[in-house]
Amino acid sequence: MSSQPQKPAGLMTPDRRKFLENAARGVAACAAVGALLATHAEQSQALPVQALRPPGALPEKDFLAACVRCGLCVRACPYDTLKLASLGVDHVATGTPFFVARKVPCEMCDDVPCVGACPTGALDHAVKKIDQAHMGTAVLVDEENCLNFLGLRCDVCYRVCPAIDKAITLEKESNTRTKKHARLIPTVHAEFCTGCGKCEKSCVLTEAAIKVLPLKTARGELGAHYRLGWEEYKKHNGPLVDGIIDLPDRAPDMVAPPAAPAPGDPAPFKPLDLNGGFKP
Amino acid sequence: MTAATPAEKLGAKPAHVPNRKARADVNALKTRERGIWAANRYLILRRLSQALVVALFLTGPLFGVWIARGTLASSMTLDMLPLTDPLMLAQMLAAGHWPEGLALIGGAIVALFYALVSGRAYCAWVCPINPVTDLAHWTRQKLGIQSKGWQPRKETRYFVLGMVLATAAATGTIAWELVNPITIAFRAVVFGATAGLTIVIGVFLFDLVVARRGWCSHLCPVGAFYGLVGSKALLKISAVNRTACDDCMDCFAVCPEPHVITPALRGAPAGASPIVAARDCTTCGRCIDVCSQDVFRFTHRFDPRTTDPAPAVTPTREAV
Repeated sequence: MSSQPQKPAGLMTPDRRKFLENAARGVAACAAVGALLATHAEQSQALPVQALRPPGALPEKDFLAACVRCGLCVRACPYDTLKLASLGVDHVATGTPFFVARKVPCEMCDDVPCVGACPTGALDHAVKKIDQAHMGTAVLVDEENCLNFLGLRCDVCYRVCPAIDKAITLEKESNTRTKKHARLIPTVHAEFCTGCGKCEKSCVLTEAAIKVLPLKTARGELGAHYRLGWEEYKKHNGPLVDGIIDLPDRAPDMVAPPAAPAPGDPAPFKPLDLNGGFKP
Repeated sequence: MTAATPAEKLGAKPAHVPNRKARADVNALKTRERGIWAANRYLILRRLSQALVVALFLTGPLFGVWIARGTLASSMTLDMLPLTDPLMLAQMLAAGHWPEGLALIGGAIVALFYALVSGRAYCAWVCPINPVTDLAHWTRQKLGIQSKGWQPRKETRYFVLGMVLATAAATGTIAWELVNPITIAFRAVVFGATAGLTIVIGVFLFDLVVARRGWCSHLCPVGAFYGLVGSKALLKISAVNRTACDDCMDCFAVCPEPHVITPALRGAPAGASPIVAARDCTTCGRCIDVCSQDVFRFTHRFDPRTTDPAPAVTPTREAV
């Protein structure tokens, strides 16, 4: 095998053995420390529910791959909304930017300077207008304490919403307690909600009844295979699948199926339909 | 194996070995003769440089005069110069994110600068942890702690660097940034994230109690990275006047990476270059400060000049 039979060959030389031993030791030690660090990194991906990322932030895992914790977004924010997470205090991955809506909400600058300042694209540069941002979505989490739900006219969350009448609308309902008043229910439309948090900030309750939650927590998602029949009907100007039989309406014997109103009949009485009254 | 001092290993002249205390006094005297400035020139300049780096980032938040924004991880100076830590970029790539924006340009500028000038100049002249570990070393000396403590092997820092990149790849996040004392210290000062100072205190205690020069000279992956970047850098220290060396060992005592000195300082018999070529050298210049014989000077890596005796020529003591 070896041309120098006196020397032990290959793995057997003392130098080689020493080298391998040291290398193995180094690798093992670093693997141990690395495993600890990796565990810590995995745990750090859990963002507290009240901590919101800046506009345009990538999904949390991608964000933590891209954010270099430089703070340029914080410097670009004219309202001091954004903060860098401090080690072990904020329970947000060390050094990454976040804000807490109840403390300082996002003021929704038109030109989104924080995104422009990001050197790495952790804040997606495709977000050119703040309306495109979805930092989270407002959810009226506490219907039992919300003043509007109680029948009062608070409306503060609706009034302060920068996307008033789009992201939050007031939906009229009958007040079943008084049986004669309306309740105006603040209703969030997530499609238009940027998650700025102005509603949560200004909720008059001691603890806000409306809160901005991360999209992952707040929103469901239809399966990609779902089709909404009525949407498809509109799109195709007819049923999506030809030949679907429209079955006749059935009802138990003692109930007469609703008859189509004859032309000239008065419109049926609808006690809960309050349309046409005061529009807020 | 008994621990040999570098001088013993290299067969220092026996006349100089015996009375360390007496020699220290002599050198202290010599230093006093040279004056505070000459004996501490590069130390003072380095502290000024480190303070200047922080100051550039602090004028904005303190006085509203914005010079540099961001941190050492990535910054924008005067709204026109983007700079990004190339190790941060490397971790980002390992974690699987391709940067959009100025990070690539900024990273290239920084990498090019340190590759040309001196990789570990980052450690000695910029890094905010350097004053911390220097303070730990100074405290060690004041407390008379002789033991070196745990001394990791010289290749350990590269293992740590590998671990940093591997962790980024394995977790898909820049995991090292969760604990990196450098950026945490910098953010603590510039952004007021002061809770991070706990980890800085940890580094101080580690260097003070556990390992002499433990963090910066043995473990720090950032230093290892910049060392690699600056492997062929131009700015070097030369033991140009090495024949004048009186083996006082002051430079070895003060150097954070003493192994880099030996080949240059003791290389005359072998005809070795006087350039301190090892990539671990931080070009801090402290050896120049402390040498009472003016052996060292800053120069470029291709400078072969020495005052090695052409036979029958006595070594001169030119001023630097």
